[in-house]
Amino acid sequence: MRKQLIAIALTVLASGGIARAADAPNDAQIAHIAYTAGLIDIAAAEQAIEKSKNPDIISFAQEMERDHKAVNDQALALVKKLGVKPEDNLTSQTLNKNAKAELAALEKLRGSAFDKAYIDNEVTYHKAVDAALSTTLIPSAHNAELKALLQQGLTLFTEHLKHAEMVAGEIK
Amino acid sequence: MAAILKVLAAGGLTALALLASPALAAEYTVTLQSMKFGPTPSGLHVGDVIVWQNNDFLRHTATARDGSFDIDLPPHTQAKLTLAKAGTIAFFCRFHPGMTGTLTVTQ
Repeated sequence: MRKQLIAIALTVLASGGIARAADAPNDAQIAHIAYTAGLIDIAAAEQAIEKSKNPDIISFAQEMERDHKAVNDQALALVKKLGVKPEDNLTSQTLNKNAKAELAALEKLRGSAFDKAYIDNEVTYHKAVDAALSTTLIPSAHNAELKALLQQGLTLFTEHLKHAEMVAGEIK
Repeated sequence: MAAILKVLAAGGLTALALLASPALAAEYTVTLQSMKFGPTPSGLHVGDVIVWQNNDFLRHTATARDGSFDIDLPPHTQAKLTLAKAGTIAFFCRFHPGMTGTLTVTQ
């Protein structure tokens, strides 16, 4: 149940529940949401690297940690260059709160139960992130460089989704 | 006179060596950018060299589906591959399976 919360938060964002035209996120908020979403997946990856004994899961988690850190580094460099200060917001807060609950739920699992829960959540999470990016975050971004970075992120996370689905298929 | 003969003989041997050696290996670059492999060159031969140039800020690999090569490409680096066999070799990135390409190599 809890594992769906992050996905729900992002789906609400994607469907415009938070981002009606009048209160669409601004660039400072978009940067914060994207960065937060990256940190959440890095934390999930670190947990998986520590807990899992499955080489496919560990290798996938290492990839998530590496790629999301690389994207977040790019995002940090960009906001610095643009002089934008990422702005905390309700979507970021909801994401963080739900991610904390998800980490705690996964912490209780062991062995293949953990592996399955982690990779299934990665599939759900990347689907939700990709939907949020394509329907809300990218269209709402004003700065061209931020928009371009988000688009690169979407291409990358679509690959992560494919890879997560491949690994999930092998874990069953 | 003897010295001239020696020089001529040496020159002749060099010429023979050049004739006997196969065509010079060519070097081609395949660029990885924005989560894609760029176009692969045509007319590849065994012994040619592919320079894999990763322009992304992400780590990629160039990995042959038949297992004949697996090149690690950290961000903003390049690595060389000497083509060892003829055939059509499909390759992909192990981390980002949607990134794919094909090399066609003749003898």
